[in-house]
Amino acid sequence: MTATSAGSGPGAIARPSSAARTRARSRRKATPSWVKSVLMWTSIAAIVLFCLFPIYWIVNTSLKAGADLSRGALWPDNPTLRNYRSVLNDGDFLLALRNSAIVATTTTVLSLFVGSFAAYALARLRFPRKALLLGIVLSISTFPVIAIAAPLFKLWTDIGLYDAEYGLGLIIPNLVFTLPLTIFILTSFFREIPRELEEAALVDGATRVQSFTKVVLPLAAPGLVTAALLVFFAAWNEFLFAITLTSTPEARTVPAAIAFFTGSVKFEAPLGTISAASVIVMVPLVVLVLVFQKRIVAGLTAGAVKG
Amino acid sequence: MAQIVLDGVTKRYPDGTEGVRNMSLTIEDGEFMILVGPSGCGKSTALRMIAGLEEITDGELVIGDRIVNDLDPGERDIAMVFQSYALYPHMTVRDNMGFSLKLAKVPKEEIAQRVEEAARILGLEDHLERKPANLSGGQRQRVAMGRAIVRKPAAFLMDEPLSNLDAKLRVQTRAELSRLQARLGTTTVYVTHDQTEAMTLGDRVAVMRAGELQQVGTPMELYNEPTNLFVAGFIGSPSMNFLPAKVEGDHVHLPMLDMTPTPELLEELRRIDRVIVGVRPEQIEEAGAPGTKGWPTFDVEIDLVEPMGAETVAYFTVAGEEVHAGQLAEISRDRGGDNRISAGENQVVARLESDSTVQRRSVAKLALDPDKLLWFDADTGARVGIGAALAASV
Ligand SMILES: Nc1ncnc2c1ncn2[C@@H]1O[C@H](COP(=O)(O)OP(=O)(O)OP(=O)(O)O)[C@@H](O)[C@H]1O
Ligand SMILES: [Mg+2]
Repeated sequence: MTATSAGSGPGAIARPSSAARTRARSRRKATPSWVKSVLMWTSIAAIVLFCLFPIYWIVNTSLKAGADLSRGALWPDNPTLRNYRSVLNDGDFLLALRNSAIVATTTTVLSLFVGSFAAYALARLRFPRKALLLGIVLSISTFPVIAIAAPLFKLWTDIGLYDAEYGLGLIIPNLVFTLPLTIFILTSFFREIPRELEEAALVDGATRVQSFTKVVLPLAAPGLVTAALLVFFAAWNEFLFAITLTSTPEARTVPAAIAFFTGSVKFEAPLGTISAASVIVMVPLVVLVLVFQKRIVAGLTAGAVKG
Repeated sequence: MAQIVLDGVTKRYPDGTEGVRNMSLTIEDGEFMILVGPSGCGKSTALRMIAGLEEITDGELVIGDRIVNDLDPGERDIAMVFQSYALYPHMTVRDNMGFSLKLAKVPKEEIAQRVEEAARILGLEDHLERKPANLSGGQRQRVAMGRAIVRKPAAFLMDEPLSNLDAKLRVQTRAELSRLQARLGTTTVYVTHDQTEAMTLGDRVAVMRAGELQQVGTPMELYNEPTNLFVAGFIGSPSMNFLPAKVEGDHVHLPMLDMTPTPELLEELRRIDRVIVGVRPEQIEEAGAPGTKGWPTFDVEIDLVEPMGAETVAYFTVAGEEVHAGQLAEISRDRGGDNRISAGENQVVARLESDSTVQRRSVAKLALDPDKLLWFDADTGARVGIGAALAASV
């Protein structure tokens, strides 16, 4: 740094003016970086605005009622919680919330449980055609959902899973897409874990299962959390299966239920209640992300081997 | 405490590679056994079979009084130190060292006490609550050692445990390791490709080459009586000089002088197509130096002199065709090819007395110790004789 080199040395104390000169110089130097940070913060603000504005708009709409709804003002003139009240008093919506919670949680747990074993096998064990298998698993997630929705509708009707209570009929279709995602994420995390760590655990007297649960899983925790969040979000927001495979409030999840909202007053567009419902379903997701933010970023494998 | 016996142990990988072929070796109770050899010779494979991390294709492995071929690593009562240390990054030093005891359901107080004792032996007391990521390389190495010793296993298995340390720390840790092993008296199998480590650490050394055991013996046995060209060239630093020799009538022609072997040796040499003679650098002295009485002498121009203080290393070149032998080529390949074993000409290294007066680019009179010469068959690599070339004529 220029400041130190100008101020250091035996001459620094002898000449009182040197400190002042240093300050002047560093101020002159700072100007470009100030411009840089302005540019940076402006672009960050633009990105944040771009991402968050739709959410703001939903919140904005959810606080409006009556004629305000159609006026499109940037903020509610007469903010009201009426929409929230009506949504939360709507028995069907509460049922849908319950169903969504059950479907999303079960999907996540099953995805992680099955996915972590599958991913471990793909990352570690030697068997023929491994790359091909991983490719096939991945390609499943590229299927258009609509392509399997219709046959599933028929099959589900036949075996009685159509419109099953608690949205139970939605779990398997969800897994079709969340499982490949989970396997993909976890495989890359497991690959990063040095094989020698597991061998050390085996020599230390661990069984294969113990070396998996006590060494591999803790080290893959960031991957598990990431996968869990993504799966939970996907299952929580899933719409197409929900709308095709359910028909009654007892089975519907939130996205489907919202689609069936009718205005609280006849002929009024249900925009306000839809927005309020959307805000409510967003809350758990935002909370989850905030809670696990650190976990996702953490690089836990540091220091495993000499680096 | 246990004896380890390998009886015809073979490892064949699924792709057909034979990592280790028909290896038979007995490691005595409390012995420090070194497995040494160039890269890819199967040292790690052998060690991992003993550990149970690699399935044994053929043969029998006994640890203590049990055949352990089909036992899991955890049931073999062995501890292993990995080259990368393989410390659990999410556990503190204390938990790393206590992990095996915890799995074995040892009571908490005893775990704490044993971990602390190991930490004291290794000087890790101050680092028990830290994570491996926050330790220096040397400290990590000691944690890896600690993890092995807290278990009080029947045997330690170590795969190049010092190779990640810098040169100075390696020498220091080598001495500590040696002391620790002597103190604990635990049977140890130690893998290295470094012949200095092999010579300084081990009670006995097993030299491997291309999956096969070449020779097992004390460091001095390997040094003085190697069974073949490979062991002779691999053990010793600077390594042994190899020169072509030719039987002519009743004497043997070496590039710089002729020698008369004993009738028995002559008999042997006559049966061989191509003879290679091995000379340790310290078997060449300046003529007239103490102890060289009766040694055959020769004149040679010195290329290079390196005064080392305790000794003077001199290099010279001799005429004649260069030696060719498959086993020597293997060693030089392992050492990156720029070793003089593969050099185009017969360069010879001599370790002379420190008060030697030899000068660079001048002719010196040197003497050769005829008692310890090693005679090899260039084609099979086998040693056919030692010394026994007393009389000499120029
Ligand atoms: N999983 C495997 N499949 C096929 N061949 C293997 C496998 N592992 C090792 N090998 C082969 O077995 C031979 C012995 O390997 P090993 O790892 O034991 O060598 P090493 O003596 O430990 O060498 P280094 O000093 O480089 O560690 C090598 O030729 C290697 O290529
Ligand atoms: Mg190895």
